[in-house]
Amino acid sequence: MSIDISQFHDVFFEESFEGLDAMESGLLNLDIGAADIDAINTIFRAAHSIKGGAGTFGFMAVSEFTHVMETMLDETRNGEREVTAELTNLFLESVDVLREMLTAVQQKTDTDDVRIGNVRNKLEAMMAGESIAVEAEPVAVETEIIEEPKYQGWKIQFTPHAHLLQTGNDPVRMLRELSSLGELSTKMNDSKLPPFSDLEPEDSYLSWDLTLLGDIPEEDVVEIFEWVDEDCDLVIEPLAVKQTTQVEEKVVELDKHEAPATKTVVEDITPAEQISAVVEEVEPEVVAAAIDKPAPKSKVAAAPAASSIRVGTDKVDSLINLVGELVITQSMLSQIGDNFTPNMLPELIDGLAQLERNSREMQEAIMRIRMLPISFAFNRFPRLVHDMTEKMGKKVELKLTGEQTELDKTVMEKIGDPLVHLVRNSLDHGLETPEVRLAAGKDETGLLQLKAFHQGGNIVIEIHDDGAGLNEDKILAKAIEKDLVDANDELSPEKIHDLIFLPGFSTAEYVTDVSGRGVGMDVVRKNITSLGGSVEVVSKRGQGSVFTIRLPLTLAIMDGQTIRVANENYIIPLISIIETLEVNSSDIKQVSGKGELYPLRDEYVPVIRMYDVFNLNPETTDLEEGLLVIVEGDGQKVGLFIDDLLGQQQVVIKSLETNYRKVLGVSGATILGDGTVALILDVPGLITLYREPSLALVVNNDRAA
Amino acid sequence: MAKILAVDDSASMRQMVAFTLKAAGHSVMDAADGQQALNIAKTQSFDLVLTDVNMPIMDGLILTKELRALPAYRFTPILVLTTEAGVDKKQAGRAAGATGWLVKPFNPDQLLATIKKVLG
Amino acid sequence: MSEQQVNEALDSITSVDENSEQYLTFLLGDEEYGVEILRVQEIKGWDQVTSIPNSPHYLCGVLNLRGTIVPIVDLRLRFDMPPKEYTPTTVVVVLKVEGATNRTVGIVVDGVSDAHNVIPEDIKPTPDFGSSVCTEFISGLVTLENDTMMMILNVDRLLSVEALG
Repeated sequence: MSIDISQFHDVFFEESFEGLDAMESGLLNLDIGAADIDAINTIFRAAHSIKGGAGTFGFMAVSEFTHVMETMLDETRNGEREVTAELTNLFLESVDVLREMLTAVQQKTDTDDVRIGNVRNKLEAMMAGESIAVEAEPVAVETEIIEEPKYQGWKIQFTPHAHLLQTGNDPVRMLRELSSLGELSTKMNDSKLPPFSDLEPEDSYLSWDLTLLGDIPEEDVVEIFEWVDEDCDLVIEPLAVKQTTQVEEKVVELDKHEAPATKTVVEDITPAEQISAVVEEVEPEVVAAAIDKPAPKSKVAAAPAASSIRVGTDKVDSLINLVGELVITQSMLSQIGDNFTPNMLPELIDGLAQLERNSREMQEAIMRIRMLPISFAFNRFPRLVHDMTEKMGKKVELKLTGEQTELDKTVMEKIGDPLVHLVRNSLDHGLETPEVRLAAGKDETGLLQLKAFHQGGNIVIEIHDDGAGLNEDKILAKAIEKDLVDANDELSPEKIHDLIFLPGFSTAEYVTDVSGRGVGMDVVRKNITSLGGSVEVVSKRGQGSVFTIRLPLTLAIMDGQTIRVANENYIIPLISIIETLEVNSSDIKQVSGKGELYPLRDEYVPVIRMYDVFNLNPETTDLEEGLLVIVEGDGQKVGLFIDDLLGQQQVVIKSLETNYRKVLGVSGATILGDGTVALILDVPGLITLYREPSLALVVNNDRAA
Repeated sequence: MAKILAVDDSASMRQMVAFTLKAAGHSVMDAADGQQALNIAKTQSFDLVLTDVNMPIMDGLILTKELRALPAYRFTPILVLTTEAGVDKKQAGRAAGATGWLVKPFNPDQLLATIKKVLG
Repeated sequence: MSEQQVNEALDSITSVDENSEQYLTFLLGDEEYGVEILRVQEIKGWDQVTSIPNSPHYLCGVLNLRGTIVPIVDLRLRFDMPPKEYTPTTVVVVLKVEGATNRTVGIVVDGVSDAHNVIPEDIKPTPDFGSSVCTEFISGLVTLENDTMMMILNVDRLLSVEALG
C-alpha cells in the first residue's frame, strides 16, 4: 500500500514555523550562565521535532542542518555544554536559516546555499571546538568485503528470560516471523516449567530449539530478536559446518580491513557473535541508506496558502447559540405575521426588539471571530530589540503589556509595519547609549514599553521609551528650514512635536541603516489613518516619549454621527468628532488668505462650510442658524458648518470605489435602515478639498460632439 | 483490527501515523503528550501503544513506565519512536519497559511492517 | 417589454443562430440604442439615489442594489439631451462593465423595447454623422427588422471610471 504523506506537509510546516518561534523566544530569554533547564528542554524539543518531521517527510537538507543544532542542544541540556552568548547568537542565526530553508521548501524556491553552508560551518566549528563529550560517529564498516555465502539455514536456541513477557513481547511472534523466513521446525523445551502451584503465570519458562531452513542471511534472523536480545539467551548457529569455516575466514579478513573504531573481534567468540557484533555496527548505516531515498515528488503544486484564521471553538459555539436564538425570534415573528391583528402590536414590537438584540449580538460575535490577540504583532519585537540593541551598542529592556488584547486580524496585519517603525525610531533616536544615560543620571539600561488595551470602541497601543525625548529646537529649526512653519509662528511644545508627522521630515543627521530610509513618520500616520485610526506623540525633553496609536476594533463597522447639509444626509465618523457648537457670526475671524477662523480655547480652527465644498444649496448660510462640528483629521482640527445633527448609529462601511471611484472628502458609503445610501465623510479629504477647491473639479465637459 | 494509541507532540507526525494505521484498518486514538496519553489509556483499552520519546509534560519513557504499572498494560506491546539508533537510547527504552522501537524517520510502509510484526 | 419579460428573457438566453448575439434595445428620445444582452445584469424601476458631491451632472448618484453601492448615470444628460423627469415608470438598466476591474453601473433610459438577434455581418461601422451622441461610444449600427436603426453602445467606454467623473 502506498500512502501519500505529502498531505501532512502543510501541518508540518505550520508546526515547524511555530517551533522555530518557540526556539527563538526561548533563546532570547535564556539567562547566559544560569540557563533554565526547562527552557533548554523546550528549545531542544522544538529542534528535535523539526529534525524528526523533516526526515519523515523527506526534507533531508533541513533534517541534516537541524541535526547539529539538536546535538549541541542535547549536550547543553545534559550539562556537557555551557550556554554562552556566542552559542545563543549562533543558534538565533540558525533559526533564521531554518526559517528560510523551510519557506523555500514550502514554496518550492531556491535557498541561499552560501549562507546555509556558512552557518553550518560555524555550527560544526563550535561543536567540534567546545564540546566536552566527543561525538561517536557511526562507523562505516566495509560490508562489501563479506560476500554473501549461500546459507543452508540456521540452528537457533531461543531461551526467553522469565520476565520477557513483561516487555510486551510474545515469543510466539518471533516464531511466527521466523516461519515466514523459511522452513521452521520447532522443538519446545518445557523442562524449566515448575509444578502448577509454583507457577508464576506472568513468567516465561519455555524455551525452543529451532531449525530454520533456507537461504536466509543471518541479519534477518537476528533482526527478529532485536527487541529482546537482552531478555533472552540466543544462540544462532549456521547449519552446515563448512559454512562456519568460510565465515571464520571472512571474519579474519574483516579484522584486517576494519575501520579503526570498530570493536576488535576476538577469535574466542563464536563466529555468529562476531558477525553479530559487526552486523550491529552496520545496522544504523543500513537503516540510514534505506531511508535516504529522494523525497516523493508531490504532484499537486503548492497553492499559495489562502488567508486563514484559527478560531477558538468557544467563539464558534457562541455563534451557534446566537443563530439558534435568531431562528426562534424569526419563527416567533413569522407566527405574528401569519395571524396579525392590530392588538398584537405590542408583541410585534417586542419581537422586533428581540430581533435587534439578536442581530447586534451576532454582529459582535462575528466580529470577534476575526479578532486575534495583539501578541501576534508584538511577538517580533523581542528579537528585533535584541538584534538592534546589539548592533547599536545600547542596553534596552523591552516590556510588553496587554498582549492578550484583541483586534481585527486585518488591522493587526497592517499595523505591523507602523509599529516596527515607531519602535525602531525609539531605539535609534529616543534611547541613548549607556554612557550618555549614565551621564544623565539614568540607569544604563533603557526601558521600552509596548502597551495595548481597549478603550471605548477602540484599541490603544502605546510605545513608551525613557530616552532623550523629542528635541523641540531641532524639530522647529528643521521645520522652518523646510518652510513648513513660519519663523514667527508661536508654537506650543505639543504643536512642535506634531510636526514630525509632516512629510519629508527627518532630523536624523544621518540615515541609519537601522531606521530605514525615506519612510517617515508621515507614512506611519497615513497608514494608521487609513485604518481609521490616529497617532499622537507626547514627549518630555530628557525623560522620554510616548507614541499613542488608536485604532477601531474592526474595519467594516464604524460608529457614525448622521448630519444634514442642505437636503443631503452624511455620516461623520464619531472617532473624528471632538465637539459640536453653536456659534455667533461675531465669533468668527476673517483672515485674508486663510478664510474663516473660529477661536477654540487656545487655537484657531478653520471653518469649512460644507455646502460650499460640496456645492449644495444650503438651508441657510447664516452661521447662527446651523451648527459647527469640530473634527480632527490627520492631526489637524477644523470646524464643519452643517445644517443639523441627526442621530448616531453604528454603520456598516460599504465601498464606493468598487463600482464608482474615489471621491475627495468621502471615505465610503453605508446603507441606512430605510435602504437608502448615505455617504461617509473623510475629514482629511474635506480639509484638502477646502484648501484646494480645484481638486474637486470634475471633467464636466460633455463628450458630446 | 487493532486499537492503537499514538503519542507524539508533533501534529504532523500524529496525523501521518493515524492516517496510515487507519488506512490499514486499525482504529487509532492520539495524544500530544505523555500525560494526555496516560489519561486516555486509563479509560480505554488499547492493543498497542506507539510513543515518541521527547515530549513536553511527560516524555515517552516515563509514559512507558507509568503504563507498565497499570494492570491492563503489563503485557501490552509498547513501541517507542526514537530518532536515535544508538545503544544507550534503546537501553533506556528497555529499562522503561518498552517492547521495542521504531527508528525515525520512518515511512508509512515501515510503520505498518513493524505494527504487523507486533500484532501478528 | 415589461421589466418581468426582460428579466425572463435574461434568464433564458439562448442563441437562435450560433453566429448571432442578442441585444437589448432601449429608447432615448427618438433613438434606439442596444447593448449586448449578456452585459445586462437586470432591469429595475427608478429608486431614490444619493447624490455624490462634485460629480458630473449626468451622474444621478448611487443607489443600494441588494447591499452593493451602484452608480447611476442619466444617459439623456450624458448625451446632452434635454432631461426628463423621473417617474415610477422610468427604467434603470443595470450593466456589467469591464475594465481594469469589473464594475456594476446603472443607466437611466426612457424605456426598454425588445431583444433582437443580430448576426455580426449586419453590424455596420459608425459613420461620423450628426448624431446627438459622440460616436466614440457607438461600436456599430444595425438595421432592425422594422427598418429602425439601432446604435450599439460600447458599454465599457461609456461607463469607464474616467468617463464617470
